[in-house]
Amino acid sequence: MLFRTSMSTEEDIARIRANLGLDKPIYEQYWIFLSNALQGDLGESLVKDRPVTEMIWERLPNTLKLAVSSFLISMIAAFMLGVLGATRRDTFLDNGVKFIAILGQALPGFWVAIMAILVFSVYWQVLPPYGLGGPSHYVLPVVTMAFFLLPGMMRLVRSSMLDVLDSEYIKLARIKGLPERVVIWKHALRNALIAPLTVAGMIFAMLITGAVITEQVFAWPGVGRLSIEALVSRDFPVVQGITIMVAVVVLAINLLVDIAYAYIDPRIRYQQM
Amino acid sequence: MQNIAPNIEAISGTKVAAGVKRVRIVRQLTLIIPAIVLFLLVLAAIFADLSWLGLPDVRLAPYDPVKISMSERFLPPFWAEEGSTAHILGTDNIGRDILSRVIYGSRISLSVSLLVIVITAGVGTVLGIIAGYLGGRTDGFLMRVTDVSLSFPPILLALLLAATMGPGYWTIVLALSILGWAPYARLIRGEALRLREEDFVGQARIIGASPIRIMVRHVFPNIINPLIIMMTLSVGMVILTEAALSYLGAGIPPPNPSWGNMVNDGRSYIDTAWWISTFPGVAIGLVVLSGNFMGDWLRDTMDPRLRQL
Repeated sequence: MLFRTSMSTEEDIARIRANLGLDKPIYEQYWIFLSNALQGDLGESLVKDRPVTEMIWERLPNTLKLAVSSFLISMIAAFMLGVLGATRRDTFLDNGVKFIAILGQALPGFWVAIMAILVFSVYWQVLPPYGLGGPSHYVLPVVTMAFFLLPGMMRLVRSSMLDVLDSEYIKLARIKGLPERVVIWKHALRNALIAPLTVAGMIFAMLITGAVITEQVFAWPGVGRLSIEALVSRDFPVVQGITIMVAVVVLAINLLVDIAYAYIDPRIRYQQM
Repeated sequence: MQNIAPNIEAISGTKVAAGVKRVRIVRQLTLIIPAIVLFLLVLAAIFADLSWLGLPDVRLAPYDPVKISMSERFLPPFWAEEGSTAHILGTDNIGRDILSRVIYGSRISLSVSLLVIVITAGVGTVLGIIAGYLGGRTDGFLMRVTDVSLSFPPILLALLLAATMGPGYWTIVLALSILGWAPYARLIRGEALRLREEDFVGQARIIGASPIRIMVRHVFPNIINPLIIMMTLSVGMVILTEAALSYLGAGIPPPNPSWGNMVNDGRSYIDTAWWISTFPGVAIGLVVLSGNFMGDWLRDTMDPRLRQL
């Protein structure tokens, strides 16, 4: 029993305080938390009586499946469309893509997800509205997530491609007589990659730690949904555990992105700093 | 510009001039239409009712937004078969008028975003100018704090605040402000860093102006353009986050309407009553779209350098 009721006796309250470690001074509580956390023990859920790490590990695969597939789809599409937009400026294609991007940045994610359920699951009944299952269960969550990841990324790729295409070495590559395909996809894109890569790293970190809204709308049992469930039931050890996981993932991905810079742009060398 | 235009016309006839004119008109429209939309929405929010003037019976919204009417549940919008013009956008699951709720909901969305933008822009500008102008350790410290703030997932932090403080108007303002200043600080610091090396700042220093005087009188007036652009561009972001939080139940508690919690209300009835969730979502989309268009226009007009924002 965890919460105080009118039936709780003084001993009960004292026993629970001792169980939760609340009878110890704050600095000792913090020390216990810190040493346990560093050994990979994030404490126990107040509501479910289970280790927090176990609960997160259980949900992580579902989040990863959703995160990786929507990340790959939206990034590939963003690079293709961004490069096409930059090379075929102000054509019908460029304007159409820009229009979709503007919509993607203006409409609320949870609302588009609900409208997608309305159209595809209620009206046409071609896709399942929520939950886990076969490949068809992925379509709506992945597509709505990609719809929101795409615009910002695409605009970024487009504008950094436009910057690079203006530069002298692209003119040189063209003068050398290289085919346009090589100029754009090899010379220009590689140099336009730095800014989009930084943002892509941040997006991926965000996805791994749970797309809170998408998971909530589509009842997807991932980490994002776990964090909402924990917050609603005030299960603070779980919230704390997820927050720590978020911090670790963000740090790790920023480090990976920094390392990737050096591969993309050999002028970036860290040991000289 | 003016001495080039006639030459282009002379070379290729009037076709180019007409094209230029059309582009210019389209460009003006991307300012005028969003401005009208936002203006009408602000009017609707102010005149939803006049109880703030002591006239609670004078109202623009056709109904009381929280009045329940069990005999009028799930009425569709007026163009549908069973709809009537008494409830133009229909009613929700407990018979409340959707149009009135959308109008009252605009008060929440607009006032929250106004407050949050003023707070975040204010804090971000002060910290950004101090960091950029003073440099050194102050800069290092403030920018590390900014980095920490930027790496937090805002929705999770806001939910955490709502869980500990209880959902409500000021919780949501605090939740959106607590991380929102960081992008401002980043941008303004960069500008201040650039201005610090300008001649007029150096001359002010030679005259003997104090750092505070230089920051307020010389640096600040020169960063107003990017500041205003960023404030306009963040209208959309703030409204979207506010709506998302309300949707998740961390925003304005029921029965008071906000666009986010209206979408949430309608979610369970999406298969029978699509209009409950649809209209508040359309309202959010309209405001955010208008804010983004105005921000883009301001940026292209005042400071095209900021394209990447």
